[in-house]
Amino acid sequence: MTKKMKKRLYRILAGGVVFAAALIVEHGLHLDFNIALIIYLVAYLIVGGDVIRNAVRNIMGGQVFDENFLMGIATVGAFFVGDCAEAVAVMLFYQVGELFQSYAVNRSRKSISALMDIRPDYANKKQGDSIVKVSPEEVAVGDILLVKPGERVPLDGIVRKGDSTLDTKALTGESMPREVAEGSEIISGCINLTGVLEIEATKEYGQSTVAKILKLVESQGDKKAKTENFITKFARYYTPVVVILAVLLAVIPSLLIPGAAWSDWIYRALSFLVISCPCALVISIPLSFFGGLGGASKCGVLIKGSNYLEALAYSEIGVFDKTGTLTKGQFRVVQVNPEGCSEEELLLTAAYCEGYSGHPIAVSIREAYGKELDLSRLSDVEEVSGHGIRAVLDGKAAAAGNEKLMKQLGVSVKKPEAVGSVIYVVYDGSYMGSLVIADVIKEDAAEALKQMKSLGVKRTVMLTGDAKAVGEAVAEKLGVDQVYAELLPADKVEKMDALMTEKSEKGKLFFVGDGMNDAPVLAGADIGIAMGGMGSDAAIEAADVVIMTDEPSKIPKAIRIARRTLGIVRQNIVFAIGVKVLVLILAAFGLASMWAAVFADVGVAVIAICNAIRALKV
Amino acid sequence: MTKTFILEDLDCAHCAGVIEEKIQKLDEVKSAQVNFMSRRLVIDAEESAFDKIVKDAKKIIKKVEPDVEMVAAKL
Repeated sequence: MTKKMKKRLYRILAGGVVFAAALIVEHGLHLDFNIALIIYLVAYLIVGGDVIRNAVRNIMGGQVFDENFLMGIATVGAFFVGDCAEAVAVMLFYQVGELFQSYAVNRSRKSISALMDIRPDYANKKQGDSIVKVSPEEVAVGDILLVKPGERVPLDGIVRKGDSTLDTKALTGESMPREVAEGSEIISGCINLTGVLEIEATKEYGQSTVAKILKLVESQGDKKAKTENFITKFARYYTPVVVILAVLLAVIPSLLIPGAAWSDWIYRALSFLVISCPCALVISIPLSFFGGLGGASKCGVLIKGSNYLEALAYSEIGVFDKTGTLTKGQFRVVQVNPEGCSEEELLLTAAYCEGYSGHPIAVSIREAYGKELDLSRLSDVEEVSGHGIRAVLDGKAAAAGNEKLMKQLGVSVKKPEAVGSVIYVVYDGSYMGSLVIADVIKEDAAEALKQMKSLGVKRTVMLTGDAKAVGEAVAEKLGVDQVYAELLPADKVEKMDALMTEKSEKGKLFFVGDGMNDAPVLAGADIGIAMGGMGSDAAIEAADVVIMTDEPSKIPKAIRIARRTLGIVRQNIVFAIGVKVLVLILAAFGLASMWAAVFADVGVAVIAICNAIRALKV
Repeated sequence: MTKTFILEDLDCAHCAGVIEEKIQKLDEVKSAQVNFMSRRLVIDAEESAFDKIVKDAKKIIKKVEPDVEMVAAKL
């Protein structure tokens, strides 16, 4: 609790005790009413003194219809019509409500900042033989930094010495620690768990992942959802209207209805004033959105504003980039088809042929072979551009390459059925078989698409620059509705524009990409989602939603969070406005007391806030 | 250009809306946003106009919520 809140609490407690004493004096001891009145006044001043003071100050400043003023008039009015106990009680409850509000807001603010507590406080910079503690901003690119176990990695860099495991949970929501060793790239904000690391800074603090994420999180609420704006606008009209109604209620019936008691109608009007306070209505809405954004961050999904959270809930068309989004963007040997030899022999020959190549396909073949190569067995390596590689292995001619190379060599091959790049292998004049190399689909991609469908995403579309056969094979495996293949970056933008016209009036389109080369497409969609935000600067800048991990399954999760948050927001709006209107009507007919009115204000706020806090829990 | 400020001790969501509306209405301000939960006030305006805007904004805030203090956000 803050100092301000504590002060309020003590005032409430003290006021409550005096109020109880007043009640006893009036109803228990039946002493002279004037004695009770004085005690009531004391209680009132203890509890509501600051409200009255603020009301006076704000009226001097030209602020009418402000909460303090409304509560002040309502309670002072209650004294004048003789309902002293109610006047004090209303003020007491009002203060309890205010206290609860600031407590709840404070707690959510804190829980979010704790969630995003990734700011590194210092860096251990190596200077000659000594280590100096400096602030992360003072570190230059190329400096060597020491990160001990338990410390936070202050800047993005490369590990120069040591190995360790890193806790990336705060950044990615991933609870499995990540292993790093010499040469690994390392991102700021992670916590070093086991070993001492020496890292070389590759980016300044301001350009480092941690600074970018913090900036993103801090500015999260700057873009507001329509619902959020609706409620502020609603409050703008609600309060004056109810106050005017209160004035009319106080004056007109007493003049028109013969025998009407002034005090009775004024009492009803005062109830109106209590209900007219706007804050309770307004507060739960930003609190809910804030909770939703915070809950999403907790799962590694950073959403740049509540407007995007709101849009996500109406997702109708999902457009996906293929490579790096639905697939890993890494090549792997997916099929080994030996002909007259063992798989091992086939892989060995292919791996040696590709022994010196840095091409991703070559790397994937060596990985599939998995054993150390003794490159002295290899000689006369010749790369036949666009075809493959010819070499001499253990003194005999070997070759690995595509169909064209095989034609050149006059070897007849059997075409495998799988989709991907095919490498044929020949050794000592005889055909050994083929390898199929393809990009690997992410483990959770199919499940993610299925979930999106069940969440009401009507159409899923994949855009890819890849060959048609490859694109279609991936789409079929994943259950994507439509594929557009062999697209140049400009074609992707065009397709996106066309798709944007095909959605329904309320529906939204989201595009998911890995942030490489697709910034214009990200910008063209209603919601641009960038995947694997760690490290890709362009993605963090251009996207509306950044998914910190590489998992497409975070998208349905984000949609679910969005729906839930919006559901909570709607419940709160309907509940708060509903109760207020109901109590207004009852009060107008003299059926609701000021007690009901104060419930309509404070009670509703407390319930709505409790409901809003649910949004944070995912 | 945009500048960000923190509204310290901002406790009232409705007042945040009122402050936002009034700052938006200042002549030199292109756009202004108050985010109640993060207590941030983001103002977009010409750089040369900021001195005056900050002065006016502070005046507005003093009027609406005297307890709130407007300070420049740390980068």
